[in-house]
Amino acid sequence: MYDVIIIGAGVIGCAVAREMSRYSDRVLILEKNEDVCTGTTKANSAIIHSGYDAKNGTLKAKFNVKGNRMMDRIAYELDVPFERIGSLTVYTEEEQLVKLKELYQRGMNNGVEGLRILSRAETEALEPNISDKVKGALYAPTAGIICPFKLCYAYAENACENGARFLMNQKVGNIFRSEDGLWHIATETDEFVAQAVVNAAGVYSDELNNLVSSRKIRITPRRGDYLLLDRAAKGHVRHTVFQMPTALGKGVLVTPTVHGNTIIGPTAVDMIDKENTATTAEALSEILSKSSDSIKDLPTRQVITSFAGIRAVEDQHDFILGEAEGASSFFNCAGIQSPGLSAAPAIGEYTAGLIREKLSLSEKENFNPYRKDILDPSALSLEERNELIRENPAYGRIVCRCESISEGEIIDAIRRTPGAVSLDGVKRRVRAGMGRCQGGFCSPKVMEILARERGCALEEVNKSSEGSYIVRGRTKDGENG
Amino acid sequence: MTAYDIVIIGGGPAGLSAAVSAYDSGCRSILILERDAELGGILNQCIHSGFGLHTFKEELTGPEYAARYIGMVLERGIEYKLNTMVMDISPDRVVTAMNSEDGMFLIKAKAVILAMGCRERPRGALNIPGYRPAGIFSAGTAQRLVNIEGYMVGKEVVILGSGDIGLIMARRMTLEGAKVKCVAELMPYSGGLKRNIVQCLDDYGIPLLLSHTVVDIEGKEHIKAVTIAEVDENRRPIEGTERRYTCDALLLSCGLVPENELSQSMGVGLSKVTNGPVVNESLETDIEGVFACGNVLHVHDLVDFVSEEAKKAGETAVKYVSGRIERSDETEIELRATFGVRYTVPSKIAVGRMDDTLTVRFRVGDVYKDSFVSVYFDDERVIHQKKRVLAPGEMEQVVLKKANLLSREGLSTVTVRIEGE
Repeated sequence: MYDVIIIGAGVIGCAVAREMSRYSDRVLILEKNEDVCTGTTKANSAIIHSGYDAKNGTLKAKFNVKGNRMMDRIAYELDVPFERIGSLTVYTEEEQLVKLKELYQRGMNNGVEGLRILSRAETEALEPNISDKVKGALYAPTAGIICPFKLCYAYAENACENGARFLMNQKVGNIFRSEDGLWHIATETDEFVAQAVVNAAGVYSDELNNLVSSRKIRITPRRGDYLLLDRAAKGHVRHTVFQMPTALGKGVLVTPTVHGNTIIGPTAVDMIDKENTATTAEALSEILSKSSDSIKDLPTRQVITSFAGIRAVEDQHDFILGEAEGASSFFNCAGIQSPGLSAAPAIGEYTAGLIREKLSLSEKENFNPYRKDILDPSALSLEERNELIRENPAYGRIVCRCESISEGEIIDAIRRTPGAVSLDGVKRRVRAGMGRCQGGFCSPKVMEILARERGCALEEVNKSSEGSYIVRGRTKDGENG
Repeated sequence: MTAYDIVIIGGGPAGLSAAVSAYDSGCRSILILERDAELGGILNQCIHSGFGLHTFKEELTGPEYAARYIGMVLERGIEYKLNTMVMDISPDRVVTAMNSEDGMFLIKAKAVILAMGCRERPRGALNIPGYRPAGIFSAGTAQRLVNIEGYMVGKEVVILGSGDIGLIMARRMTLEGAKVKCVAELMPYSGGLKRNIVQCLDDYGIPLLLSHTVVDIEGKEHIKAVTIAEVDENRRPIEGTERRYTCDALLLSCGLVPENELSQSMGVGLSKVTNGPVVNESLETDIEGVFACGNVLHVHDLVDFVSEEAKKAGETAVKYVSGRIERSDETEIELRATFGVRYTVPSKIAVGRMDDTLTVRFRVGDVYKDSFVSVYFDDERVIHQKKRVLAPGEMEQVVLKKANLLSREGLSTVTVRIEGE
């Protein structure tokens, strides 16, 4: 029996897991896909919002600002790259200034620090490539950028380090409470029992809530398409640059990533299918044309990939946190859309705090808050790097040439708990295949390493989830050889 | 820090040929750095024939062609390091490289020859909408999986782009028992060699759909189908022309990009057209003592021409190392590509430094029938060659004579262009 079962291993589920592992050795995380970080966490803007945008008094406002303040400590403890580069919300029409001032006031009320309204000249000084239409901006120096994958993996690994258990490929089918007050969670293959449950199921969090709670909620999956530019475009944009919403719709953002790429997006398209992450031609061209309203001369020839993510939009447009109505010890982390990534540390802490209280748990003496990231050899000196290669020659073999990723880093990504089991899992952990050739050269080699490390055939290596096989069967010569 | 006269970055066809010619020009201090586990580069996975007709006057497979050059390198005792990745080259030609045996190490080179080859444009760079499932391969990656690893990448295949690797893979997959449904090409002409269209598509009844592209990809985990539509003259899909093709693999052969990240970080000037270094008659980049050849310079169709070009780079690198490249103040003649000619390699000439003849390679931007390739020395037309067909997929060349250039005093521009008559 578990103290708590967390459903969903996105950044929210993993943050709750890590915070719960402070208090309990009996924490289980169930994930329907093959790996952690496969839903909304894997496809978003990769930014930490300052917190001026959410309406005063909402959970979004409260947890965004709090999460933002916690991020330096979390990034330090978990060894995750995080940079407070600041955001600029630019306006292009004089009448938008009123709205911009409202946003400023809203941010002040939310407790956002350092907000300032900048003139055109001040904006240009910070961001030389803003478009000629820009008249000024709301500057939020506390906004930042982070690698959402790394934050999620770091939370998951640190939770494991502290005794939490992750089970993948476990899709929850039913949840019910037995007479003794314990929660039973049935998946396709198993049944698990716990004193408390956390619903961190992303776009499916309405379905889980509605199984047990008297207060029904509804989540609409909202698709956001993005374009990613090669690192060759690095430096063109220095801050996260937002646009003001206009009569024609919400604008797009342009932001650097912690890895030196540039992200443009997202669109906002309400969907019916919660798994529909297909991009569309209209959406991709919409992003490109809108981006020029805030940033000029974006080197759009440097696009190396496009993708779409799904965010969970609840009807009330706020996070749903805490114990569900009519379902004691069932805790919701539902409707977590933007600024969910920014709020994750605060949501994790808050939810774990509620459970701790409910189950009367106390802090473990041996809780280790620190986690070391996968070693990045490029950060080492020549001598240190040579020492590393002497100890482990795999660090001397570059597998991904675009991102200069060695076999040593890939093996580390696979051997961690929870470790990479697919090409995408390796890619998100160490960036092999994330560069300008998008895995053209390294994917056969990474497949080979995955097969070797996992003791499986090459045919069993997947790109991502079950069914995403890459090769099927041998060639005529392959069969004979 | 070890030192070599010439360090060659890349042990593919360009690097091998450059090494052999540098040796044969008298240099004995040569090192080839190769990132893969064997010499030969991409030729190792090109198991079809058609290589060497110009160089060896016989038809070889890719591995056979590579073996000839590897043999020449071994015979000469030229040093090479495998599994070695070059991480950085400084403008003063200190090469930082790494492998698992030597760790990270520095080499001082008197001359560097860039021969890193090219890469394929990935799906992301093509902005094809739809899901991102497994089963989408760049044609070269599929070629590696099939020819080197011995695994099938699909049984029902659609190919987007009619580059040579895509055409070759259409035949290869067919021979392996797969059904290749079609090759869709965005442009109104193929990007590949005519002979490959005939031998790889026509001979197997595989349709080539010109002015068509993929507008949707279905399948969340693994590719299930693609939708192909015809495009208008602005390459925009025409509504109502969509047709769905079920498939379990989509191969992309939509262009090759010279791999110049190393060149760029050392400050070598690149051409916006070729994405390769801007070079002079000696195939020297705008950084002294740094030369470039093969697909890193501009994408070739035939390995024979890569070898020939690299031979030249090897020779001039030796001239440079031994101080025999004249560093006079001579003004360089500009080579200008215009009216249908997209670029020329080289793009400038110092007549004093050139050999008796200079091969100028170029590509055209469209299909031209019964046209002329003309060369002008300033305003005077000096070459006027009739060509039955000129196509973007086929590299062309003209040969300039030193004597002719010398006889034109004050010559500032040589122009290569296409003319109707």
